[in-house]
Amino acid sequence: MDAPLRLISSNPLDQLARTVEALLVVASAPLSVEELAIAADDGEERVETALGLLAERYREGRSGIVLERVAGGFAFRASRDAAEACSRLFERPVQRGLSPAALETLAIVAYLGPCSRPEIARIRGVAADSAVAGLVERGLIAEAGREDAGGAVRYRTTPLFERVFGLDSLSELPRLDDLGDSSDEILARLHSVAEQRSA
Amino acid sequence: MLAVRELALDLDAFEGPFDLLLTLVLKEELDLAEVDVAGIVLAFLERLAENATRPVSPAIHDGSTDTTAAPATSRRADAPELDLDACGEFLVLVSALLELKARGLFPDEEAELADLEPEEAAEELARRLAAYRRMKDAAGWLAERLEAQRDRFFRLGPAPLAPRPEQKLAPQDPAGLAAVLRVLATDPPQLSLAHMALRFPPVSQFLERFRAVLGRRRRFDFDAEVADLPRIDQAVAFLALLELRRSGEITIDQAAPFAPIRVAREETVSDSERTSTWTLRSA
Repeated sequence: MDAPLRLISSNPLDQLARTVEALLVVASAPLSVEELAIAADDGEERVETALGLLAERYREGRSGIVLERVAGGFAFRASRDAAEACSRLFERPVQRGLSPAALETLAIVAYLGPCSRPEIARIRGVAADSAVAGLVERGLIAEAGREDAGGAVRYRTTPLFERVFGLDSLSELPRLDDLGDSSDEILARLHSVAEQRSA
Repeated sequence: MLAVRELALDLDAFEGPFDLLLTLVLKEELDLAEVDVAGIVLAFLERLAENATRPVSPAIHDGSTDTTAAPATSRRADAPELDLDACGEFLVLVSALLELKARGLFPDEEAELADLEPEEAAEELARRLAAYRRMKDAAGWLAERLEAQRDRFFRLGPAPLAPRPEQKLAPQDPAGLAAVLRVLATDPPQLSLAHMALRFPPVSQFLERFRAVLGRRRRFDFDAEVADLPRIDQAVAFLALLELRRSGEITIDQAAPFAPIRVAREETVSDSERTSTWTLRSA
């Protein structure tokens, strides 16, 4: 994109940045570039440039408010050095006390979603009903239609999940192939255990 | 012999003798999935170690059969005595428990797994373990991520309003709809605007008309004379009558209220003079 003209004293891009700033202040959820462009009645490329200006103005360490890219959009949050004060003002029921079972269930839904409770139970080896219900209540996962055959409700993660975990999108999760051991390694270990026993 | 069935257990899910645990599991009053089988094994091994350090008890001798007696006696000198009967019984019970627990954890694929060859079963088990292991690691990553994001505070709006449930109409009769539309499609009754454009005939028209009548007849009946006229014309005719009376051309007589008005010619003044008088006044 071309650099904005410096000759003009009242830079129109600066006006657009002020508009985008205002939109982000009144929004309670992250706004995408497209949403901002429609609301500001301007081009997406210019909105992105304006967001660049704002990101510089609202960066960590410079302002109490920080502009961040999260959940597929842009949103303001408190700066990290204000976190302690914020925590005295607010409780955070969404994040508080996610049990290992809830985190495993959340991981399965995030990677394999939309998926149903039986699918989750098959992977974890135990029923997932209460974990799923708890995550739905916290707004981290939501119903996403039903399976064609069995009619079991399927679940996917919500934009709130991405926001709470500070993810721009689910693609920021580590690759599944990079996690855990391969089944070949586990099989080899099973065999070695079996051989030890038979010896 | 070490009484396996009386082995005291202190597990998360259960506390009491092994015998009771088995009973509860078989009666399905205790979910085997929650029982830590490794804990049972550890408890048994501890108990076994305790027994081995003790002097050889008569129970072991009694429990030994003829076939096991010889190797047991030969080993007794250098190795701690192993209670083979107790171990055998324990192994059978624990392996049965493990099988029950494994079936309980994969209830749907029970039959499917039974059909597999040992090697295939091992591969299937390894595949499932790997799938779970990946999710466990992913959960660990999420936990770390959540901890790292602890100091991110942001505004949360209320959840978007749930879409309103669709209001379904009761079954409708198309003919009924058509009937209603027909009623709506007809023109409303035309409002009369006649009163907004009243056309008053000139008073002079009736003056001349009454004079002409009085020229032919000495007297006439007003009601009969104007009966065929519209109400407005009747009113104007009455005005003309009053005008003629004022100028003294006629006399008016009415027997009673709402009775017919009788008009008679006044003979004193000539018609031509009356006309000129009227013309002057109206000018």
